[in-house]
Amino acid sequence: MATETLTNEATQKKDEKETLKKVSIVISRGTLEGVYPGLIMANGARMEGIEANIFFTFFGLNAIHKKKMKKIKVDTVGNPALGIPPIVGIIPGLNRLVTKMFIKEMDKLDIPPIDEFLEMIAATGAKMYACKAAMDMFHYKREDLIDEVADVLTVGQFYEVAAGGEIIFT
Amino acid sequence: MPTKTIAGKTVEVDAEGFLVNPDDWNEDIAKELAKEEGINELTEMHWKVIHFMRQDYKERGQIPTIRRIKNAGGVPVQDLYKLFPDGPAKKAAKIAGLSKPQGCV
Repeated sequence: MATETLTNEATQKKDEKETLKKVSIVISRGTLEGVYPGLIMANGARMEGIEANIFFTFFGLNAIHKKKMKKIKVDTVGNPALGIPPIVGIIPGLNRLVTKMFIKEMDKLDIPPIDEFLEMIAATGAKMYACKAAMDMFHYKREDLIDEVADVLTVGQFYEVAAGGEIIFT
Repeated sequence: MPTKTIAGKTVEVDAEGFLVNPDDWNEDIAKELAKEEGINELTEMHWKVIHFMRQDYKERGQIPTIRRIKNAGGVPVQDLYKLFPDGPAKKAAKIAGLSKPQGCV
């Protein structure tokens, strides 16, 4: 009995030292703060030698849409964490200002703007996919998306791609 | 601080094998460290990255990120991942005799 427990513990310790092999990250939001965490995680995974996929769905599609990616902003209205009262947050142009501030702070840390970041992430070998259902719902065409997008997938196909790895939903 | 003898020179290293003092570094040490990281031969492109990183660190006091190596160093990200597979920021920094990069990008 005692020998069995020891062997299991030893195996567990060995497993703990193993790193993740693959992550598939879902980006479902279209605000600045909704898009960046997923991008940083995907890039970070590649920096650790972990295989990475990104699946853009719903408003996340805007991050890979050639035109809409230039307009991605911080949500200043429905965002109590920002510390701006909603009645101030709705002032026209404020979200553009706050977005500029965020981009400036990120640039100091060498976090690139979304277009450059997506180019870099694709160059690391991470695969980026668009969600078919969302594409249909938003009436987006393949040509609307940046060239780096590998394919348009259904959710079932996404699960096939993600199989054997971790799925991170953002 | 643990020490390690690399290419005939005894240097201080941290727990993960990164050089504590960038000035202890020389090109022979780089070649040895590269072998340990699975890179058997350092090509001209490897040296370009290594020398840029050391120079940039000397000038700015910060280990350059992959983005900086791409923009200021002129080495595309795709090439970086081919030259230093599976973790180019860490691998290149180690081979260049710098400490482990602490950033998230």
